[in-house]
Amino acid sequence: MKSAVIILPGLNRDRDMIAALTKISGTPPVTVWQTETTIPADVDLIVIPGGFSYGDYLRCGAIAARMPVMQAVRDAAARGTRVIGVCNGFQILLEAGLLPGALMRNASLKFVCREVKLEVVNTETAFTSLYTKGQIIRCPVAHHDGNFFADPDTLARIEGQGQVVFRYAEGTNPNGSLNDIAGLVNESGNVLGLMPHPENLIESAHGGADGRPLFEAALGAVAA
Amino acid sequence: MIKARVTVTLKNGVLDPQGKAIEGALGALGFDGVGHVRQGKVFDLELQTDDRTKAESDLKAMCDKLLANTVIEDYAIEMA
Repeated sequence: MKSAVIILPGLNRDRDMIAALTKISGTPPVTVWQTETTIPADVDLIVIPGGFSYGDYLRCGAIAARMPVMQAVRDAAARGTRVIGVCNGFQILLEAGLLPGALMRNASLKFVCREVKLEVVNTETAFTSLYTKGQIIRCPVAHHDGNFFADPDTLARIEGQGQVVFRYAEGTNPNGSLNDIAGLVNESGNVLGLMPHPENLIESAHGGADGRPLFEAALGAVAA
Repeated sequence: MIKARVTVTLKNGVLDPQGKAIEGALGALGFDGVGHVRQGKVFDLELQTDDRTKAESDLKAMCDKLLANTVIEDYAIEMA
């Protein structure tokens, strides 16, 4: 499978993401700059990495979400292409309207940079099929605005439809997210947003590989 | 030219951790009886038009498309 990484000014996790995708798929992803209006048609997985696009000005991800490349991401998602947004990438997907809800300032008002535990609550997605339901995995987080919010109707809908994929487990909710939500998919199940950084836990040099199955599943292949 | 001010505030029911912290700081300064502090944003804009109807519809579109996140925020428009 071929992957693409979206590049915007102010992102800083793009190199980690490119390294992870390269190691896991065996092929480097193509990189697509924010002003591009198309993404190569043979790309099966688009990733928006983390960082601080546009300095978090206005709202986290707000300006990035209005850049030309995001229309191409929207079109690809509508065609069924898999899309993952990590951290700032999650914020951008929400601001672009590709996922429901919003991410607010952490309840503690502090930037959190530490490891949390995640419960995989839905394994029937293209991203989580290699985990087992209820599995607790380790994952690092690093963010200031990861406090998931949705109005009660939206929250009931995404919970009812199984769109919540990852929850912070065992009292590790670092930001006050409603229902401990750490990651969710869209209604079609092909767009995933999550605050934690699975790309930073993919090999023994990272001290663990709990994030690796996510990319293996999303890429539909394991490097030889 | 029309000068406009857009005020963006959090919707009722949306938790505002920053407002809460400000409320706590006001209390620490000795301002008793201050409650429900909510933080928002103000944008001042100049529009190169004299058509107030168009200016208002443009400002609404700007709010819906960029200045406010209507999932969590409301906005108000004033034109001078």
